[in-house]
Amino acid sequence: MLIWIPLLPLLGFLINTGAGGRLPKSISGAVASLAMLAAFGVSVVEVAALLNQARGGRELVQTIYTWIASGDFQIPLTLRLDPLSALMILVVTGIGFLIHVYSTAYMHDETAPEYARYFSYLNLFAFFMLLLVLGANFLILFVGWEGVGLCSYLLIGFWYQKPSAADAGKKAFIVNRIGDVAFILGVLLAFVRFGTLDFQRLAGALGPMAPEAAFGAVSLIALLLFIGATGKSAQIPLYVWLPDAMEGPTPVSALIHAATMVTAGVYLIGRNAVLFSHAPEVLLIVAVVGALTAVWAGLFGLVQTDIKRVLAYSTVSQLGYMFLAMGVGAYAAGIFHLFTHAFFKALLFLGAGAVIHALAGEQDLRYMGGLRRDLPITYWTFLMGSLAIAGVPGLAGFFSKDEILYRTFASGHAWLWLIGAATSLMTAIYMFRLVFLAFHGPRRARGSEAARGVGAPQAELLERGGGPPRLNDEAPQHAHLHDAPRAMAIPLVVLALGSILAGYVGFPEMFGGANWIEHFLEPSFTAPALAESLEGTEAAGVAASHSLEMVLVIVSSFLALAGIGLAAQLYLKHPGVPARLAARFPWLYRFLVNKGYVDEIYDETLVQPIRSLSENVLWKGLDTRVIDGAVNGVGTIVVETGAAVRHLQTGSMRAYALSVLLGAVLMVGYYLWR
Amino acid sequence: MASLNHYLILSGVIFTIGVAGVFLRRNLITILLSIEVMLNAVNLSFIAFGHFQGSADGQIIVFFVITVAAAEAAVGLALVISLFRHVETLNPDAFRQLRG
Repeated sequence: MLIWIPLLPLLGFLINTGAGGRLPKSISGAVASLAMLAAFGVSVVEVAALLNQARGGRELVQTIYTWIASGDFQIPLTLRLDPLSALMILVVTGIGFLIHVYSTAYMHDETAPEYARYFSYLNLFAFFMLLLVLGANFLILFVGWEGVGLCSYLLIGFWYQKPSAADAGKKAFIVNRIGDVAFILGVLLAFVRFGTLDFQRLAGALGPMAPEAAFGAVSLIALLLFIGATGKSAQIPLYVWLPDAMEGPTPVSALIHAATMVTAGVYLIGRNAVLFSHAPEVLLIVAVVGALTAVWAGLFGLVQTDIKRVLAYSTVSQLGYMFLAMGVGAYAAGIFHLFTHAFFKALLFLGAGAVIHALAGEQDLRYMGGLRRDLPITYWTFLMGSLAIAGVPGLAGFFSKDEILYRTFASGHAWLWLIGAATSLMTAIYMFRLVFLAFHGPRRARGSEAARGVGAPQAELLERGGGPPRLNDEAPQHAHLHDAPRAMAIPLVVLALGSILAGYVGFPEMFGGANWIEHFLEPSFTAPALAESLEGTEAAGVAASHSLEMVLVIVSSFLALAGIGLAAQLYLKHPGVPARLAARFPWLYRFLVNKGYVDEIYDETLVQPIRSLSENVLWKGLDTRVIDGAVNGVGTIVVETGAAVRHLQTGSMRAYALSVLLGAVLMVGYYLWR
Repeated sequence: MASLNHYLILSGVIFTIGVAGVFLRRNLITILLSIEVMLNAVNLSFIAFGHFQGSADGQIIVFFVITVAAAEAAVGLALVISLFRHVETLNPDAFRQLRG
């Protein structure tokens, strides 16, 4: 049965590709959505079967056939469902399905072939992601890993007529390839060292070993896999593709950020938790990179004016949280955050899509405002998502984020906790900046009088970008605002409910909960032999520090509320203050608006040198001189030799006869006087 | 009584005369005739070998050679006639258009 979970989206892909856009839009949308719904149904059945098993050894395995057989090297095409992949397939198919439904309305302006192309990519994306999370060994995971990279390229560059979209697609693909190189090396090294690519056997081989004190082979494998994860999951230094990925259609951003793709890196570390636990130094690197990414991306989120870019940086920041959790060994907390984040980030992106849809393509926060009255469904669902991501008590993000912060603090890295807490404050600020700018205050349609009051540096940009007021064609777009149509509203409402409720599967023990999800996931993060003896070991150590956890929860709740309050002060009560702050610290503002000049630095230090290397050495040197030289050289040698040897051909019959005679004499002479 | 060596020496002499004819004469027809002389020198040694070994093989080969020589003379003379029609000379040094 497991095979049907990835196979159904693949079928949807084949139908939509094969029919080549000859299907009417309603059918291609329905095929894609139903494929996802069916996959979700199968997933639910399978996970239910999984839950009926005893806690220690929960797994469902299906081997389809032996993919590669070469002596001792056997790679079966095996799918394995364990608690970790169970959670992942529910997220991918469930939230993926909602995004498909939403897309049927969002993409309605496309022509039928484009529409079918869009949905075929979407289904293919889900197929590869499901293969990635269900694969029982590195090679199958790698197929999915590369597949989602390909689909992200196809979908980010979906509007390929736009050069910026085509570039963003290429950027995503190339940046991911850098991580992939490290990933492949890590996999090969793991095979050389342990002789297996199966996750369970690898964990079994590692189980009896002691964690590496010094940096050794295991640490190197872990580090290489982590570099692969930084590419896919947009961590420093390879996060640059994600903000640019906003060029794709908005539901694609939701799919990439919430259900698929970026979660792959977190999943990879969770899947190899035993390996990473044996490499404590690498774990520390993971934690530090995660914390730095969280705060670094959060800073840029504070000043971005594109609604989707704010969300993109918030995704990078939240992924940083997940890596922080992984790095301090709180694998379950990291996956839990992945789970809750999937709900509210999908919600936020789809909400942003609804706003953009209503405003006929307007993405700039400076030209929004006051949408609360016209888009009530979008507003309320978006607000839920924002509250959840900010970590307001009682919503999904609160439970997972506090679990991460608590575990970070408990791991003894107080400064990492401090970074996490600061990021938490920033998350609240930038999310509510977005909410207040988009939904509250006066409406600031492009070119209208109100748009001038946004602030000095922004107004200056506005003059440059917006040009003179063109009331005739720009202003009326706000006149007939319509809230999300039903196909968009229903996913929003479902996801909003999820954003409120998803956290309760991990209701912490200190409030009398069971932290069910942590206990559910724990067997996936331990060596197989140890999994059965796991029962009850965890609770004792944690119980002692409930008072500490309570203090930390109060602190971070306070931070979340303070961030919201601060955003309200800055963007509702005193809208002139942000502009004055920007004017006071122009260098800081420029630094943040330009995203830390990271793209420029990469361009100068990497892209341009590689370009010039390619052009001057590889093209003009190697290709023109060496390769072309070799080809032309062969021709030249033949011509020159012919020119020299042609003089033997005198045309004189007598000379030929003489050479025949001489040859005969020489041969006879050789045999006579030998 | 003539021995095998006598025949072979005679054959060598005739062959050398033929070779000298090919290289020294400047008339295509004479050159063709010289080639015939060389062929017949070889025929003579075949016959001599065959005779002194008591075998008919030498004579059989000579029949073949005569046949081939007849064909060769026919083709060669046809070529010579054709060449003569083109350049009005039989000097082999005149035909150097194939010089590389």
